[in-house]
Amino acid sequence: MSVLVDKNTRLCVQGITGSAGGFHAKQCMEYGTNVVAGVTPGKGGQKFEEKVPVFDTVAEARQETGCNVSVIFVPAAGAADGILEAVDAGVELVICITEGIPVMDMMRVKAQTSGKPSRLIGPNCPGIITPGQCKIGIMPGYIHKPGSVGVISRSGTLTYEAVWQLTSRGHGQSTCIGIGGDPINGMSHLDAVKLFNDNAETHAIILIGEIGGSGEEEAAEWIKENCDKPVAAFIAGATAPPGRRMGHAGAIVSGGKGTAAGKIEALKAAGVAVADTPATMADTLLERMKGRN
Amino acid sequence: MNIHEYQAKELLQKFGVATPAGKAARTAQEAERAAEELGTSDLVVKAQVHAGGRGKGTFANGFKGGVHLCQSPKEAREIASKMLGQTLVTHQTGAAGRVVNTVLVAQSVEIEREIYFAIVLDRATGAPMIVASTEGGVEIEAVAEKSPEKILREPVDRLAGLQPYQTRKLARQLGFTSAQVKSSSKLFDGLYRIFLALDCSMVEVNPLVVTDRGEVLALDAKFNFDDSALYRHPEIAALRDVGEEDPREVEASKYGLNYIGLDGNIACLVNGAGLAMATMDIIKFYGGSPANFLDVGGGATEEQVTQAFKLLVSDENVKAILVNIFGGIMKCDVIAQGIVNAVKAVKLPVPLVVRLEGTNVEAGKKIIAESGLAVITADDLGDAAQKAVEAAKTK
Repeated sequence: MSVLVDKNTRLCVQGITGSAGGFHAKQCMEYGTNVVAGVTPGKGGQKFEEKVPVFDTVAEARQETGCNVSVIFVPAAGAADGILEAVDAGVELVICITEGIPVMDMMRVKAQTSGKPSRLIGPNCPGIITPGQCKIGIMPGYIHKPGSVGVISRSGTLTYEAVWQLTSRGHGQSTCIGIGGDPINGMSHLDAVKLFNDNAETHAIILIGEIGGSGEEEAAEWIKENCDKPVAAFIAGATAPPGRRMGHAGAIVSGGKGTAAGKIEALKAAGVAVADTPATMADTLLERMKGRN
Repeated sequence: MNIHEYQAKELLQKFGVATPAGKAARTAQEAERAAEELGTSDLVVKAQVHAGGRGKGTFANGFKGGVHLCQSPKEAREIASKMLGQTLVTHQTGAAGRVVNTVLVAQSVEIEREIYFAIVLDRATGAPMIVASTEGGVEIEAVAEKSPEKILREPVDRLAGLQPYQTRKLARQLGFTSAQVKSSSKLFDGLYRIFLALDCSMVEVNPLVVTDRGEVLALDAKFNFDDSALYRHPEIAALRDVGEEDPREVEASKYGLNYIGLDGNIACLVNGAGLAMATMDIIKFYGGSPANFLDVGGGATEEQVTQAFKLLVSDENVKAILVNIFGGIMKCDVIAQGIVNAVKAVKLPVPLVVRLEGTNVEAGKKIIAESGLAVITADDLGDAAQKAVEAAKTK
């Protein structure tokens, strides 16, 4: 049992006829993900790869195929609208891969979706994968291996780094969730930690954070009181100059808040093992797991 | 993206936010005319550069101070002539300084009281928040440290917007008199409209002043614009002044590369922002110092990689180059071919350490091996960082 997605997931791809959407939809299908619908306004009635029906709206896709998860590859100018459309259609889990959505648009999304039952992952994220069952997003499938470590991260390639370290040491992953690098996003570190803590198949957690915001500190606070599974962490950006946007719009230290040092201190205080370098994320977790046995 | 003080003043005026009258001038004659038009003997001439500490700065020609008070258009002209075309050095510009191409000629006001007022994006609630304090004119971080009780926070509902009662409440909390409530509320409302209309991530007025005549004015304003939204504000994008930016960053932006110049000597080329930051961190951990942050992104072409590589090599401080790629969408063979092309074109002046992992890694390694280039290969991130630090030392 994994978290959020598995072999029973019925996926809808918004922007399936675009170049990024089409490429990754195909990759996900090859991995074994059950892609049941695609959405591109104006292209309803077409078939993607001669088998997946394309609809004009998410509402129709949901009604006709019973899709319960939707992944968004819509360009930045229309991506916020795409999220609202999926939430309005009642899709349970919405994953937005798109990078560069204006912050004001995400403010609107946050305000309009609050109180709705749908859950949002991203934007500006690699997606989510339950190895061996379901891959939704842009991560390379083959580096993963089914297992019992839950991985949460704000960064794509840094997640691959952690996953690869685990896999090459023989340790698989239950589910890996990329929550995204934007300042306003859906699922937080804390939300993901809670899911993994309640999941019987997840025995340990790697939490990857970076400078900016206070999501890592909030997760640390909760872990301290509530989490009994071994947790290892890495925080990127200790050497980043303050006030500069380091690629991710959310990775900016402003007014002395959101520093790597502050986050590391909070995590250590919560009993989390913090890796000194990104090269030792898996080893730090394995050390901690040994310590518990 | 940053803008100049005079550009900020023009935005304030456009949105009806009260600010001392003033005009930009690019020649001494223009400065004189601007002063005449202001029709006052209380004048100030300010050098326009994107750096703080202008008042205490010094020009390369020996002229002291980038901010001067004066009484007549003739004086304004003289001062402007000593600033324009000259290099101003302040504690924020570094020794190289910045060339002053524009001065702002403005009405100077007698200040009675200084207030801090900002609208920021509150990440926790995903909505705008007003942060204000009666302690203006100083760094707000210092106020937050010493007397946190003096900082007011007023959350704004994203859908409903800033309500009139909130502006009145803030006005009174900030100590404005009953007679000033209307004008200060109008000013707050104007700033909020700018925040929304121009996709700002921050609007900061420090100081917002009360003059000896009881007027409420925004003396200076700092705007942070959301880069992701610039596509729908061409008028803001046009305010960019590349003369104020790191030339390496200007060059990188031409090729759609995400580059930030730093002052170390190990250049990095990485895919993904998180991994790029982490690569800088691990270089530091092993005793080295990164020369830059560079994320070539997930969909970089061979051409982009080649341009990125040329950019790294052109930095004279660089003593070693570290390429760290974890191919996901990005294919290792594309990166490898881009590097080989670049090295053929520019000749490699420093040691190059390459670590490839992920999609098409074998094809990528083969391209490097068959190129005959003197490349130091590494098996993992830790190994790569240590080799790069070592190579930079021996160079």
